Amino acid sequence: MTAQLSEVDLEHHFEHTIEHDQRIEPRDWMPDGYRKTMIRQIAQHAHSEIIGMQPEGNWITRAPSLRRKAILLAKVQDEAGHGLYLYSAAETLGVDRADLTERLIAGKQKYSSIFNYPTLSFADVGVVGWLVDGAAICNQVPLCRSSYGPYARAMIRICKEESFHQRQGFELLTMMMRGTDAQRQMVQDATNRWWWPSLMMFGPPDADSPNTAQSMAWKVKRHTNDELRQRFVDMSVPQAEALGVTFPDPDLKWNPGRGHYDFGEIDWAEFKEILRGNGPCNAERIAHRKQAHDEGAWVREAAAAHAAKQRDKELAA
Amino acid sequence: MSTHDWPLYEVFVRSKRGLNHVHVGSLHAADDAMAVHNARDVYTRRNEGVSIWVVKAADITASSPDEKDPFFAPSADKVYRHPTFYDIPDDVPHM
Repeated sequence: MTAQLSEVDLEHHFEHTIEHDQRIEPRDWMPDGYRKTMIRQIAQHAHSEIIGMQPEGNWITRAPSLRRKAILLAKVQDEAGHGLYLYSAAETLGVDRADLTERLIAGKQKYSSIFNYPTLSFADVGVVGWLVDGAAICNQVPLCRSSYGPYARAMIRICKEESFHQRQGFELLTMMMRGTDAQRQMVQDATNRWWWPSLMMFGPPDADSPNTAQSMAWKVKRHTNDELRQRFVDMSVPQAEALGVTFPDPDLKWNPGRGHYDFGEIDWAEFKEILRGNGPCNAERIAHRKQAHDEGAWVREAAAAHAAKQRDKELAA
Repeated sequence: MSTHDWPLYEVFVRSKRGLNHVHVGSLHAADDAMAVHNARDVYTRRNEGVSIWVVKAADITASSPDEKDPFFAPSADKVYRHPTFYDIPDDVPHM
């Protein structure tokens, strides 16, 4: 029906689509590099959502009220849902989500460095919502315009839901700040521990981010790591002031010349150690994911056996 | 056994009465009933739907891959199918 198009024509068509800010859809021709980049980006994002259930899941049984417990359950369930939207988007590129799970458990694919830190008190639940989800929103809003259609559509759903995540965290902290000195101290302590790791969520500085140029050209990334990090700092400072906490950075101050906040040097050695698997919770997170997967095996088998039985019954009828 | 053996389903949700079902994503399930249940949990946690369709991805027949395919060319060259093709004097009302 269709005349065979040459590779050059296909590539030209692909570039033309991106240039005109149109979306690439699953069955379009795309360069191998684009496909690989998207699989890596989406899988890493999906894994982050799934692993991200653990630090907060840690507090579900110990939430201080039924209200907080219901909220936390809903939030952790959302993270699972976000992981599933993203695995669904990744599968449109020709990978299988069961394989992705296996690659995560085998340590062959990464997830966000932030989830390798522990949640030590209930204030951490609030700070994770405020700062970690806040940073995630900063990263994700521009991805709603990713050139890859299924990813962009998943991001739109996710961003709508993340807003609840951030607001519940901030509200929780506001309540604790109205409480006792000990509670205020818990909020400040959690803020101190999560501030720098939140800044690392945007990835290495632009000078050390070799893939950024290609990703920007393909419009799978819309802003550089440093641009997004600056935006997050600028957004967060007035929020901290409203809350009554400080960030653990003596160099953090308004720079009227730049129209932005200046901030101190990030400890990139710590970031690299975590990426190498040596963070406080790396081993625990993967071990837990593996355990959940292994312990769910009988459920998957039972469901498949039930489906087979139903099919046989239908055939016999 | 793993979810490798579970077929892929595409999910369509009607967000409210009066609107069409719209494709929202996919999921794996052991059978049709489980696919509907999973679709409810994954895609309608906030009243996004009043009705769900699931269909095995393998059962979908689609036009050829490229969305700018000549398959759709016949609809592009018939401008007279559009109301803007026709010149009507500005002072003619209700048209």
